[in-house]
Amino acid sequence: MGAPGGPRRGGVNTVYEVFRQERKGQPFQHAGSVVAPDRAFADVYAREQYGRRGESAALWVVPRDAIVEIDEFVDELERNYHRVDGYSLKEKLREARARAGTA
Amino acid sequence: MRERRELDRLLEIADDELILGWRDSEWTGIAPFLEEDVAFSSIAQNEIGHARALYELVARELGTSADELALDRRPEEYRCAPLVELRRLEWARTIARHFLYETADEIRIAALKASDDAEVAGLAAKIDREEAYHRMHAEMWVDRLLASEEGRAKLREAVEELWPYASGVLDEELRPRWAERVRDRLGFDLPDAEPVTREQHTDELRELWEEMTMVRRSAPAGTSW
Amino acid sequence: MSAREQDVPRNEQEFLEYVRAGGQVESYDWMPDDYRRKLIKFIEMHGNSELMGVLPEREWILRAPTLQRKLALTAKVQDEVGHAQLIYRVVEDLGKPREACLADLVSGRSKFHNVFHYPTRTWGDVGVIAWLVDAAAIISQKALLKCSYAPYARIMKKICWEESFHILHGRDVILTMMNGTDAQRELVQEALNRWWGPLMHFHGNPIPAEDDPMVQWRIKSQANEEARQQFLDGYVPQIWELGLTVPDPALRKDEETGTWHYTEPDWDELKAVVTGHGPMTEERLGFRRVTREETEWVRRAVLAEAA
Repeated sequence: MGAPGGPRRGGVNTVYEVFRQERKGQPFQHAGSVVAPDRAFADVYAREQYGRRGESAALWVVPRDAIVEIDEFVDELERNYHRVDGYSLKEKLREARARAGTA
Repeated sequence: MRERRELDRLLEIADDELILGWRDSEWTGIAPFLEEDVAFSSIAQNEIGHARALYELVARELGTSADELALDRRPEEYRCAPLVELRRLEWARTIARHFLYETADEIRIAALKASDDAEVAGLAAKIDREEAYHRMHAEMWVDRLLASEEGRAKLREAVEELWPYASGVLDEELRPRWAERVRDRLGFDLPDAEPVTREQHTDELRELWEEMTMVRRSAPAGTSW
Repeated sequence: MSAREQDVPRNEQEFLEYVRAGGQVESYDWMPDDYRRKLIKFIEMHGNSELMGVLPEREWILRAPTLQRKLALTAKVQDEVGHAQLIYRVVEDLGKPREACLADLVSGRSKFHNVFHYPTRTWGDVGVIAWLVDAAAIISQKALLKCSYAPYARIMKKICWEESFHILHGRDVILTMMNGTDAQRELVQEALNRWWGPLMHFHGNPIPAEDDPMVQWRIKSQANEEARQQFLDGYVPQIWELGLTVPDPALRKDEETGTWHYTEPDWDELKAVVTGHGPMTEERLGFRRVTREETEWVRRAVLAEAA
């Protein structure tokens, strides 16, 4: 005579990262984390810590190990052709204006 | 004008919520872990909030205020069920009470939602939407405790101890429906017990009342705080 | 900007220069052992303080004289527990598990702020704590918004936002009593008399910024005396305008320099209190110990560690 659904595994201490959206249209931003034994608890705890005052429009709650963290980016040859700082047009513009007599 | 009987019915619920909210507040800062402490505190606040809303409704009819109803009555004048009066600062008892009470409350709130009295029905609907969260929380804990041998044993012991008290929350009409739901959900063998009914206040209520009203009683009636 | 400019330097001297120049450190960055140790100790003490701060206040939730006060106080204390959760998570990600922090707290091995070692006696204390003790704490907390360790700075933002209602609640409680009966005004004055000493101790003894490693590592951005002056400047006028007196005859502001003068607090007393000899230290730690033991089975049954 077990609880409906049959036997369940014990809960495992898991860190869940919480992302919150301040208002509709805003990006989801990392807000913090809660420790919970399963998703049901994580749901409740995330709501409490990041929504009990109606301060969030929505939350994403994700187990930490589902997140892939990347923090090293390689740019040895300093590629700037695809960035704004790769373009310095002041001199050329000055020359072009002088040539057109519109300086 | 509502009948005295109707008002008393609402006061029963208000008093249950006030006293249970008071008991649940005893866990503030000392719950089993921090995240749960925060969650349980919201539940306690909701309960006090529900009590306040109900007191306000009744107070308007009686020409008094919510605070006076909540805090200026004598202990014997409260209409709460003995279940909520018990001092059980032990987690299995707390979860057992939480589950047993929320299951009963859902049934009686559903009846109120169907009331012809629009104001009462409206308030009941609001309360029920908040209580849905309480039920989710109670379910979550029941699942979690049932999933381990130790948790299951402790929950069972707690439910068995509180069973006669919990049976006294609802009247004879609604009680069987409640009992069936609890038995189905928990899977424990819970024979019908003599319910501890509302009139049978415990000594624990008196002790609680002393502490709950000590600051208020320290000043003349009508003092602002 | 190339990725390199944002790299945290991997030696102590350059790291020190990096943080002094405003550089931020994340949990995945290299940091000197000394920085990590000091950070853990500092942040852990903050977490301990939030958790211990709950104990003097929780009794008054039960005794609140109106439903609104009961709700407000419950929400305030809930915030403090929530802050403890945020803070211990940061410490855990730095390498010290929450259970180790809690074990050190209840055994007396780690510290918590002086104010939480004192008793609360009346509803007057409830008002004074929410108004003045929280104000003193917020001054320190705002200075932590610029902490070099970014995860801590980020939670401080949330903490400061939540504290904003605590001060208003405190002020509301006090103003209501001051506008009430003589007995209520006396409650406030009497509580203030008892809390003034601990308040003056709160920001710590006046270590110069250059001697304070917390300031050097840019963990704190404000020296102790600066915080205390800010507190006095903000709150003594608020106290006096209500007709309350501060139990320090030497307290006055030097209008020329803008500095507040006061009777030098007994710094030995502060040291004794934070090392575990406050009037309520043993009782409160004992209470925490017992409640932890009684709920150990719950953590065991519910939060098994990952294999």
